[in-house]
Amino acid sequence: MAEKGETRGLLFGLIPGLKSLAERGSAGWMIIIGTLIVFTILLITALGPFISPHDPTIPNVNPPPNPSPPSANFPLGTNLLGQDMLSRILCGGSIMIQVAFLSVVFCFLIGVPIGLLSSYVGGSLDKTFTLVMDSFYAFPGLVLAIAIAAMMGRGVINLALSIGVVYVPSYYRIVRSQVLTIKELPYTEAARASGARGRTILLRYILPNVVPSIVVVATVNFADAILTAAGLTFIGLGVGIDVPDWGWDLSKGRELLPSGAWWVITFPGIMIVLLALGFTLIGEGLSELLNPRLER
Amino acid sequence: MGLRSYIIVRILLTIPLIMLLLSIVFLIIRVIPGDPVLLHFERKASEEAVEAMRQRLGLDKSLPIQYFEYLGGLFRGDLGRSMQDFSPVSEQIFSAFPATLELAICSMLVATTIGILLGVKASESYNSLKDHLIRAFGIIVYAMPIFFLGMIFQMIFAINFHWLPANGRFPPRLTEPRGMILFMNQPVGIAVWSFMIGLLCLALHVGLLRMKGVRFWGQGSTISLSHFMIVWIVGFTVWIVGFSYAQLNMSGVVRVSTGLFTVDSVIEGNILKFVESLRYLFLPSLTLGLVLSGVFIRLTRSNMLETLRLDFVTAAKARGLKESTVTYGYALRNAFLPILTMMGLQFATLLGGAILTETTFSWPGLGRYLVDRINFRDYTAIQGAVVYFALIVAVVNLIIDILYAYLDPRIRY
Amino acid sequence: MGLLEVDSLRVDYRTRRGSIRAVDDVSFKLEKGELLGLVGESGSGKSTLGLSIIRLVPPPGVIEQGSIRIDGDDIIDFSAEKMQSIRGSQISFIFQDPMTSLSPVKKISEHFIEFIRTHEPKTTKAEALKRANTTLRDVGILPERIADYPHQFSGGMRQRIMIALAITLNPEIVIADEPTTALDVIVQAKILDLLTELRDRYGMAWILITHDLSVVLERCDKILVMYAGGIVEYADSKELFRNPRHPYTQRLLQGIPNIEFSDQKLKAIPGSPPNLLNPPNGCSFSPRCSEGEPRCKSEKPQLLEVIPNHFVRCFKEM
Repeated sequence: MAEKGETRGLLFGLIPGLKSLAERGSAGWMIIIGTLIVFTILLITALGPFISPHDPTIPNVNPPPNPSPPSANFPLGTNLLGQDMLSRILCGGSIMIQVAFLSVVFCFLIGVPIGLLSSYVGGSLDKTFTLVMDSFYAFPGLVLAIAIAAMMGRGVINLALSIGVVYVPSYYRIVRSQVLTIKELPYTEAARASGARGRTILLRYILPNVVPSIVVVATVNFADAILTAAGLTFIGLGVGIDVPDWGWDLSKGRELLPSGAWWVITFPGIMIVLLALGFTLIGEGLSELLNPRLER
Repeated sequence: MGLRSYIIVRILLTIPLIMLLLSIVFLIIRVIPGDPVLLHFERKASEEAVEAMRQRLGLDKSLPIQYFEYLGGLFRGDLGRSMQDFSPVSEQIFSAFPATLELAICSMLVATTIGILLGVKASESYNSLKDHLIRAFGIIVYAMPIFFLGMIFQMIFAINFHWLPANGRFPPRLTEPRGMILFMNQPVGIAVWSFMIGLLCLALHVGLLRMKGVRFWGQGSTISLSHFMIVWIVGFTVWIVGFSYAQLNMSGVVRVSTGLFTVDSVIEGNILKFVESLRYLFLPSLTLGLVLSGVFIRLTRSNMLETLRLDFVTAAKARGLKESTVTYGYALRNAFLPILTMMGLQFATLLGGAILTETTFSWPGLGRYLVDRINFRDYTAIQGAVVYFALIVAVVNLIIDILYAYLDPRIRY
Repeated sequence: MGLLEVDSLRVDYRTRRGSIRAVDDVSFKLEKGELLGLVGESGSGKSTLGLSIIRLVPPPGVIEQGSIRIDGDDIIDFSAEKMQSIRGSQISFIFQDPMTSLSPVKKISEHFIEFIRTHEPKTTKAEALKRANTTLRDVGILPERIADYPHQFSGGMRQRIMIALAITLNPEIVIADEPTTALDVIVQAKILDLLTELRDRYGMAWILITHDLSVVLERCDKILVMYAGGIVEYADSKELFRNPRHPYTQRLLQGIPNIEFSDQKLKAIPGSPPNLLNPPNGCSFSPRCSEGEPRCKSEKPQLLEVIPNHFVRCFKEM
């Protein structure tokens, strides 16, 4: 329990110094590196429109033939339309980050309340919710997202919703299992025995202890959402055509592969990998901090 | 409760799950705002054409009726007709499925082999450089978009070095392997067929005896009436079904064919085709397998770390058993059960990944079928493919659960 | 020459925060067929001492110095393979918790067959099973249950199976680490009687590790009391019972209930064992000792043979 309390301190106390994190071995380092990567990418994306050397949407900034390999004027080369790859990289993260962020918020808003309610009330309500959530969970995630996205059509919100639906069960399951454990712990029993109302117990005693696990799920989920968004874009269900987007550039690059234009796919690909990697590292590190049973 | 009743209960529990899955798919396609027929035509067709399409597909009826027709069709194995060419969706799916199955099996093999081996190695040298490197590998691979890794492989191995083919499933210059042919109408064919049925009956007979704990040549091999009936009924039914199937097919041909090119080329006895199908299979399954292996590395490592600290591992060491016996026979054998569960859960991820892999490598499977149909806005086909994916996952999870019960003696309470 | 001779053994756990001396300069001898009780509270290093005799101290534990001689050969110099061949055949080890000491997915028979055939590869499965049956009968398990899985047995029965595994290959030494702690009282007594009985029948030497002095007092030939990694007293059990010389042993004995004195007050020892990261200067027991002198806090007493075969580490006895 002490460990859990400390971790909560870490999460809410705005990181009380990298030193103490680094002292926690590999878990701390993973969090530090992950956070660095994520912040760098967020920074790049935020500043992208201001620092990019060319307009990423204007075709033929480089006179044909295109795609042309990296050169002094275009450090990362140009794509088939003659657009500057560097500018597209700098500006291309916002769609993906928006989609991932919205989908995580959506999952959180649906999954957590249902999980809390269902596990706290119990009975047939709990059983019904669990069965429904289990069947969503058993679904191949990407297939479900594809089906929904194909029906809902393009747009950031639609994409976020179709990705979010896939991950709602993860939140539900973690919240439910945590609540069921905490419900039986002595201090909750004690609160109940001393006459606290159900709502008080749920919000004051149970919720704060569930939060750390939810944060871990959310970070890992962020990485998954990014990968799913990239996947949906790749098979043609992405947001749009005119907006610079790493997923879009990557899927367009596939057609250019036989010509050997490696720069068209490599750079957007690396950006997606880094973004997903950053969140995976943070999630992995946090979950190791939360479950210190493996430490010797 | 014995193992058998556990299996029966588990199968019964799958039914509501499958019903729910089917309903979810129905809801997504029919109830989410957006009329499939209108979407199909992209609002470019006349009222009459839209109405005609509705009637033809039965989409003009009320939702509950549509729902029951949909379920009824599914029980008959009917997934409706394609909006694109009005051919039965189930046939198209059946012909695309073996390619996906082959890819899925191979990638699962790659993922579990790499994942378990590296996971064990990492846990053996906990907190060493080797451990950190393996973990880093697992995390990076996990964060890889499948199609990006696939394209890198295509770039390196296919486009740059020309070692392996980049696209497709089989070289177009060869005919695809189709397994072995049994000529049913000819006397030789009938003889071969009957002989195989005979072998089947013999195997069944020996198997039934073993289940009662009697050896074939041993004493007490008197057989009961029910035993006799089972062997005869099964044998006769298979013989008749095979025979009449051959008669129905006007050619009178029955094939022994799995649809998996690697297996079929072995049945055909054609080494060249076998090598070719492996060459085409290599990059897609390596890509999908590598991406999936991250989860298995992580899971194997953490489970092994926990198991290696258990008393029975130390006790086995204290009995002087070899290091490898302790690691694999004791620790891994016990850590394997959660890994098995993970294999079931990851199968869903695997199929999702297969869609992207098939698109990347133009692999003619279910995933590429789905993506093609999305581009045509063929919603019956999309619905059919999604239902099929869901069913596969449900069945695989059922099999994994049964396997789990079989491997874990503690479940047979 | 004794069967087992441990000489000035030192084992450290090298942790990130510094090294912890779990076994500190321990020497003792074990004769053939002898029953030695190793007594100490948790953290006193008794389990580490036991594990170091089969060289299975868990990492980050390291045997820093000393020798462990079996029939005159120092096992610290043995190769890993040689050590494997000794474990289970010459020295066996029985663990505290029988519930977790057997692999849950292997039948009892598989445990036996694998074990016997590792050490004697030429044995057939049938022979191995036959030997397993004999030993199982010795420990009071019906041979027909050999095809069962561990979860089908109770704790006491599993400990019997562990004992059977330990004695199958007729080892000369069996080390039992708290073999009865996880069991209920009646089963405890039965298991302990079984150990003595097996000793009488097969003549192997036993090292019985326990935190409970009363368990070993009447059954063992010799008793070795450990505190904070070191030996504080080592004597025949009768002698130790009659004339405990170290204040710690005296306190331990006062903690044992005795039916003969109905008005007796059981006394606990005040304080807690020292932090081994920062061991106290001088005698490690001095912070809890009621009879201490000033030099106990600054000087370390030596282990002295005060009368033949009775060793004590205390300034009082010098």
